[in-house]
Amino acid sequence: MRAFRIIGRSIRDAFKSVFRNFSLSMASISCTAVTLIIVAVAILLTYNVNSITKDLKDALTIVVYVDRDASEDDIAKVKIDLENINNVDTDSVRYESKDDIKNELIKDEQFAELFNVFDTNPIDSRYIIRVKDVTKMADTASRIKEFASVTKVEYGESIVNRMLPMFDIVKNVSIIAVIALIVVTCFLIGNTIKITIFSRRQEINIMRLVGTSNAVIKLPFLIEGFFLGIIGAIIPILITIFGYTFLYEFMGGKLLIESMTLVQPDTIIYPTSLVILIIAGIVGMFGSLNAVRRYLKI
Amino acid sequence: MEFIEINNVFKVYKNGVSALADISLKISKGDFVFIIGQSGSGKSTLTKLLYREEKPNRGSVFVGGINVGKLRNGNVYKLRRKIGVVFQDFKLLPKLTVYENVAYPLESYGMTKSEIRERVKKALDRVHLKDKMRSYPNQLSGGEQQRVCIARAIVNEPKLIICDEPTGDLDPKMSKEIMDVIEEINKDLGSTIIMATHDKTIVDKMKKRVIYLKDGVLISDKKKGTYVEDESV
Repeated sequence: MRAFRIIGRSIRDAFKSVFRNFSLSMASISCTAVTLIIVAVAILLTYNVNSITKDLKDALTIVVYVDRDASEDDIAKVKIDLENINNVDTDSVRYESKDDIKNELIKDEQFAELFNVFDTNPIDSRYIIRVKDVTKMADTASRIKEFASVTKVEYGESIVNRMLPMFDIVKNVSIIAVIALIVVTCFLIGNTIKITIFSRRQEINIMRLVGTSNAVIKLPFLIEGFFLGIIGAIIPILITIFGYTFLYEFMGGKLLIESMTLVQPDTIIYPTSLVILIIAGIVGMFGSLNAVRRYLKI
Repeated sequence: MEFIEINNVFKVYKNGVSALADISLKISKGDFVFIIGQSGSGKSTLTKLLYREEKPNRGSVFVGGINVGKLRNGNVYKLRRKIGVVFQDFKLLPKLTVYENVAYPLESYGMTKSEIRERVKKALDRVHLKDKMRSYPNQLSGGEQQRVCIARAIVNEPKLIICDEPTGDLDPKMSKEIMDVIEEINKDLGSTIIMATHDKTIVDKMKKRVIYLKDGVLISDKKKGTYVEDESV
């Protein structure tokens, strides 16, 4: 019962203290809010950059042309050989026969006339495949080239060679940036709380002098830090939820071009908000705990 | 063993200042003791050793059988709950009301609300401040603030009350009020009172035990003493 009474009073005191030290509370809350907004934006940005680069990577395919005169068995063998390559995503192997392609093309009148010129179908059947690891795409393509019935292998060589290293750099840089920002945020919020508590060191000293145990002194500050953190997280979370949804709709769900799709708000805003809330709560609690501790030494 | 025993205590601060040198004394339960001396004589340091705000460099300090100097940091609060301290600068929490200030120690010990109410009212009654319960410290006079500080010190009915220059910031009339309250507590509750002061009038009038310190050295210890200014006395 005694412990419950102490916890109850600590919560009450923490609440009171937020209002009694209003200007300092506001300083902590605004610092938390501003830094967390930056963190939220960085998280959303990183998530989108990663998603776009992943989409672009997924869009990269290898087109394997099969000899026009190859028999059914030869064509089937190419498929088996393709699936035997480790880096080939077996689920993605798709066959388009020369007749299918022709039928698709002659739907257009111009192509229909063009095909009339030929006695036989001039198109090669093809396999379209995706790879598991795009960085090994060139190797995979050159291995496929060796296959008996394969005449030609095409893949976006220039894109792969130039863009892939760039994607990796963008991804790594953005992740490092988010981590760095979170660290800076922790430091900033922790420091603001330190200033808040510095101005209350006299209060802590009095608590100690009248026989309050260290744990009981820390408790209201711990709860107060948690409150301040959570209150500071409200605006960043609102910006994450409503701001991102608005931006997503405003941009029509894509960035500049059709293939660069933005991440759906539902999949990203709630996890991001949760991360922000957790950072705010934890940094608030430990920031104030850390600041109080130094005044408890005798 | 006496209630308070100080044996060959030395205290040198980190900046090299020697505050106390080879102090030994005993104080019995229920005693009223003045510690006098000029500023820098070591009065405050001596009182701080008793409630473990400072630790001795050498020697031992026993309060109620507890070796205060050896007390672990995390256990100091247990000692302080048995001691009431009255400060020259009152050390009230400015954002709490008179009632809340006096109730604060009891709340932090986890007492029930009704028990706290009863004790706080009793303490405030003793210092004649019952009607100022809802005021904030800055709405009170210096004397009243000091009485709040006394109420907070006695609210847990401690066996030892340490007063560090309690009248230092007060005019003679207010000082008398405060001394009357403290003497009453000594008589009624039987608490041991140790008071550091350099208020000659008070010491001379009350005729209590007087311990005289000069430059950290115990010069005299008289049962029914008066204020001494000359070390040759």
